[in-house]
Amino acid sequence: MAPPRKRRPGYDRKAQYGLFASYVIAITGALAALLLVVVSAADPAGFAVLRAGVAEVTRPVSGTLRSMVLTIGNLDEIVGSYINAGTQNITLRRQVETTRTKLIEADAIRQENIRLKSLLHLADEEGDVVASGRLVSSSSSSSRRIARLDVGSRSGVQTGMPVRAAEGLVGRVLWAGLNTADILLLVDSENVVPVRRAKDNIPGISRGLDDGTVEIRALNAERNPFRPGDIFVTSGIGGIYRPNIPVAVVARVVGERAIAIPLANPGRVELAIVQRTFQSAEARAPDAATDAAGHGGTGASTGGAGTATGNAATQPPAGAPAE
Amino acid sequence: MKSRYARMSQSRSPLRIRATPVITVMLGSLLPAMIPVVSLSPTTPPLGLMLLLAWRLLRPELWPLWIGLPLGFFDDIATGHPVGTAMCLWTLALVVIDSISVRLIWRDYAQDWLIASIAIIAILAMSWLLMHLAPGGGGGPLDRLWPQALLSIMSFPLVARLCARLDRWRLP
Repeated sequence: MAPPRKRRPGYDRKAQYGLFASYVIAITGALAALLLVVVSAADPAGFAVLRAGVAEVTRPVSGTLRSMVLTIGNLDEIVGSYINAGTQNITLRRQVETTRTKLIEADAIRQENIRLKSLLHLADEEGDVVASGRLVSSSSSSSRRIARLDVGSRSGVQTGMPVRAAEGLVGRVLWAGLNTADILLLVDSENVVPVRRAKDNIPGISRGLDDGTVEIRALNAERNPFRPGDIFVTSGIGGIYRPNIPVAVVARVVGERAIAIPLANPGRVELAIVQRTFQSAEARAPDAATDAAGHGGTGASTGGAGTATGNAATQPPAGAPAE
Repeated sequence: MKSRYARMSQSRSPLRIRATPVITVMLGSLLPAMIPVVSLSPTTPPLGLMLLLAWRLLRPELWPLWIGLPLGFFDDIATGHPVGTAMCLWTLALVVIDSISVRLIWRDYAQDWLIASIAIIAILAMSWLLMHLAPGGGGGPLDRLWPQALLSIMSFPLVARLCARLDRWRLP
């Protein structure tokens, strides 16, 4: 088809000025927008009020659809578990037998832990759960990895709070609206989490790769000490995430880095728990502050194992009302 | 042009005629945020952008050049990009398309598709670049954008058809 004539106004002065003005507005607007990008890149929570307003609109739709999708998404798992039922039964029974002894040992360690903690007058970290909700949607068309949670500041969610699931760490709150909050996922490359290897406390830094995996670098980098299969938990350094939240398991090692897969897959997580930031939780229990900070990074390997079980002991009562 | 305005007075309200394109683009921006899947890489096509391009290529006289600013602002708010990304890039794309279409005398459907494809790839890459250059980095490797870009380009004809259908509904 031939182009319409409107854009070239010919001798009409007024139309010419109008066209010129629209060019000027467009170009200056584009330049101003470029400045805005710089500003808002430095402050990703900017325009949070507007974003929250939009999120309130989309929340009911995605929230209702989400439960449907979870059922469909888990369908393969359900079918697969029917097929594998027999062999799985045998392996599971063996596992139960081996874990039973470990459980008894863990129970003893927990008892000892409680006793030691009461000796040290440590307050237990209870009531650190702010709210629990579901991840209803995500920034699927953007190259940022942000998920949307269906609880917000009305339930006490605030910017910067860590979000975890039963399986492990999910991310932290980017901003919170009234009934929604955006979560910067663990796999986003702007999310840096101080971690340590679960078995021997070697500290590292986890950083998202934007493709569903994270890279983990050792802090003391002579050569890469990590091996596939290593499990990482948060170290508690930095004051956002409390220690011993499971983070990721190493899949392969590439030079200085270890590529790891998060233990909590945000696409499968059914219930996300928003916790208080570690520091503010500590501030409420002042005597615990100095000692709890010491647990995470520098404790000896036995001490690390002790806190891990201790924390596992405190978690179920905290998570129980939510589930 | 005259005959169109004459027919307009018959039944369709001006609101329907003016607002339909704008609302469809805004809905297109909102839709990826409503998809109830927590995806781990960019997968959904940038529907708002595709609708904008489809409307612009279908009806060059529909919008002033600066329409990319408000619509882009809404897209940034809805999709979670740093505010200003789509504002800037959409406007620049409209300006470029405008200056191209002066030179092209005859336009057909394949050319529209080509223009839209180039615009989509350029905008996806540029918004990745803007995010990548920002303090703190981010965005991941560039090759992760290919699936999204390919999906967008392949589905653009569908979006163009949708716009044409809506255009017929919009105008008497």
